[in-house]
Amino acid sequence: MDIVLLSRWQFALTTIYHFFFVPLTLGLGVFVAVLETMYVKTGNPETKRLTKFWGKLFLINYAMGVVTGLVMEFQFGMNWSEYSRFVGDIFGAPLAIEGLLAFFLESTFLGVWIFGWERLSKKLHAVVIWLVAIGSTLSAFFILAANGFMQNPVGFVINGGRAEMVNFGALLGNPRAWYLFLHTISSGLVTASFFILGFSAYHLLRKKDVEAFKTSFKLAAVIGFISTVLVIGTGHVQGLYLKQVQPMAAAASEAHFETQDPADFSLIAGFTPDGKELVWSVDIPRALSFLYYFKFSGEVEGINNIQAQYEQQYGPGDYVPLVALDYWTFRFMVALGFLMALITLVVWFYAAKKYPAKWSWLLKIMPIGIVLPYLVNTAGWILTETARQPWVVTGLMQTRDAVSPNLTPGTVLISLVGFVVVYAVLMGVDLYLLIRNAKKGLAAGDSDSEPLEVPAVEKKSGGK
Amino acid sequence: MTLNILWFILVAVLYIGFFFLEGFDFGVGMLLPLLGKKDEERRAIINTIGPHWDGNEVWLITAGGATFAAFPNWYAALFSGFYLGFFLLLLALIFRGVAFEFRSKIGSPKWRNTWDILISVSSFLAAFLLGVVFTNIVKGVPINANQVYTGTFFTLINPIAIMGGVAMIVIFMLHGANFLSLKLSDDLHVRAVKVAKTFWVTTLALSAAYLIWLVFNTNTFVEKGLVAMILPLLAAVALVLTRVFMGKKEGWAFAMTGLTIFFAVSSLFVALFPNVMISSTSPDFNLTITNASSSPYTLKVMTIVACVMVPIVLAYQIWTYVIFRKRVKADAKTLTY
Repeated sequence: MDIVLLSRWQFALTTIYHFFFVPLTLGLGVFVAVLETMYVKTGNPETKRLTKFWGKLFLINYAMGVVTGLVMEFQFGMNWSEYSRFVGDIFGAPLAIEGLLAFFLESTFLGVWIFGWERLSKKLHAVVIWLVAIGSTLSAFFILAANGFMQNPVGFVINGGRAEMVNFGALLGNPRAWYLFLHTISSGLVTASFFILGFSAYHLLRKKDVEAFKTSFKLAAVIGFISTVLVIGTGHVQGLYLKQVQPMAAAASEAHFETQDPADFSLIAGFTPDGKELVWSVDIPRALSFLYYFKFSGEVEGINNIQAQYEQQYGPGDYVPLVALDYWTFRFMVALGFLMALITLVVWFYAAKKYPAKWSWLLKIMPIGIVLPYLVNTAGWILTETARQPWVVTGLMQTRDAVSPNLTPGTVLISLVGFVVVYAVLMGVDLYLLIRNAKKGLAAGDSDSEPLEVPAVEKKSGGK
Repeated sequence: MTLNILWFILVAVLYIGFFFLEGFDFGVGMLLPLLGKKDEERRAIINTIGPHWDGNEVWLITAGGATFAAFPNWYAALFSGFYLGFFLLLLALIFRGVAFEFRSKIGSPKWRNTWDILISVSSFLAAFLLGVVFTNIVKGVPINANQVYTGTFFTLINPIAIMGGVAMIVIFMLHGANFLSLKLSDDLHVRAVKVAKTFWVTTLALSAAYLIWLVFNTNTFVEKGLVAMILPLLAAVALVLTRVFMGKKEGWAFAMTGLTIFFAVSSLFVALFPNVMISSTSPDFNLTITNASSSPYTLKVMTIVACVMVPIVLAYQIWTYVIFRKRVKADAKTLTY
């Protein structure tokens, strides 16, 4: 194993892991803020308990997001120093601004929110959680502005062997970044919606705090449906834009090898073991043209053509990403996206119809549904980051040239194994705490700390 | 060029802010098992930094981000060069961060003890590693003509760097004890003052030994002359003064360890200037505020952002210390975490 491959694995695993926590933070923060606003308006103590209940789960999740985010901030320099040198003039700016504008805001005010229930007025306390939610959303924007540059570099010149910023407005206005941002924050809301639907359903089924959990169930069903539709919509326009600026990535996601007009859409396909060549495919005639042009004709460039173009432009080499991976993550994402839209529509209807008993099987399946957004979010990022390969910055720098030259495979292996082991342990602990607190129901929100158990030896009976 | 100097100062300010704020967080973490005997006491100790530690840690994240934005070559050389050091630092910060959030969520004494020990150990480790990193930056490490670090992990573990790690630990511990003297009440308050007083001599001896060693074992301080020499001296004066205030004016005692950190870390940056990393291979290979920096355009953009945002951040962070200025009691009813 070489340092490039090991570093790529480490980056992929730590980033995917980090992104298990981020979408829930983005979405659940907004839900908690909405609930607390409802509490301020109505003064209903049940709504306060509900706010604290979801707030507590938000905090457990948030802690994991913060500490795994630290790794993200450092590992560009640690594993990808040549990348950092090459794009630091541009890429560092959104990262630094993310810290100054977003992280300070969300972290500082989250501390105030946790400890400020008795010290701040009701209204101010609700404002504080909105500031936290705004901070998280801003941080998503700036990190995606940075990622947007990697996908579609804009506002730069190459000077002295590195990329230098010449237009900060172009960096922030990069359409690629905006599509990513809108897609990501709506998928954050979807993640939180399924999370809330699942745990609310669990309690509704057990007839615990029924009124409160009906409130959160219905809220999540409505927001969930709207945001799922938004995810699909932003995903589609993102796909259209992808074809313009990263045609290879777009073609790979469709396993579209030959340029066609009209172009067929591949429904399922088989690939060679290396995942780079198509063996067979079941096609829907003309459908790919339709997806791109909204009519049943129009040329769609294929992988082979683009490869030939790139060889002319950048010299000999393999510019084709791992097609099978991108093809399947894309299909997986789209299929589950539509499934989630259907589910949220059904549960919205179910809630609007006052929870008819014959449909109560819905409550049984919703807890399983919590995993859906996690699978989709992960598939989405695997697609986004691998379809760009072999580039780390599209057209400017290849991933193999980005790695830190001073590292040895042994060193990277130590950190890779270390992160995997620590992250696995913490995932276990985090899930245990989340599920345990979620199952407790509203009682879990009453206090931030569980009372200390009296050790068995101190009990006279010695029963336990 | 002026912007390069300004950004060197800004990066220094971010690190100083981080050491000042997270310094007492680390100290509180280290002292947790020592000072807190009962669960309620430990909770009270954690609650003193509860509202603040996360916001304090952002100073480090932002310092890292600002280094990346203003001096990408510094960021690249430092983080790739000190790879395993930063890996261990990350693990320490990961465990510390989740421990604060997780420990109170389950009532089992075994569970809580485990996290308490993790908080303490990771606070020691993080402080130690930061001391090692910063000492090595000032002392110089092997860096070649391409600004690439050529040493190994063990190059970083040298006597003076270890001493730097130890000095960082003792200063943070005293800073933490002073913070706790200011924030705790009743029995715990008495204990915190006592620890601070007892621990003061050790801190003074070890940190003075470190600074003297550093000043006379590296060229950078001597070359700079009086300016670089006076800062370590001021750090020592502040450290002596803190003893005078202990147990009487606790706010002042805390301010004095804060000043100690301010002067000590400033002295490192002044000694470093105009370099950002010193090459022990050849002075020609030093990373400087010029050859490691971003373009003038990026520095200009970042200057505008920083000039707007830093005062705002400072204002609301200070506000949080005002809201939570009350002393914390070891009384389960009033505790959050």
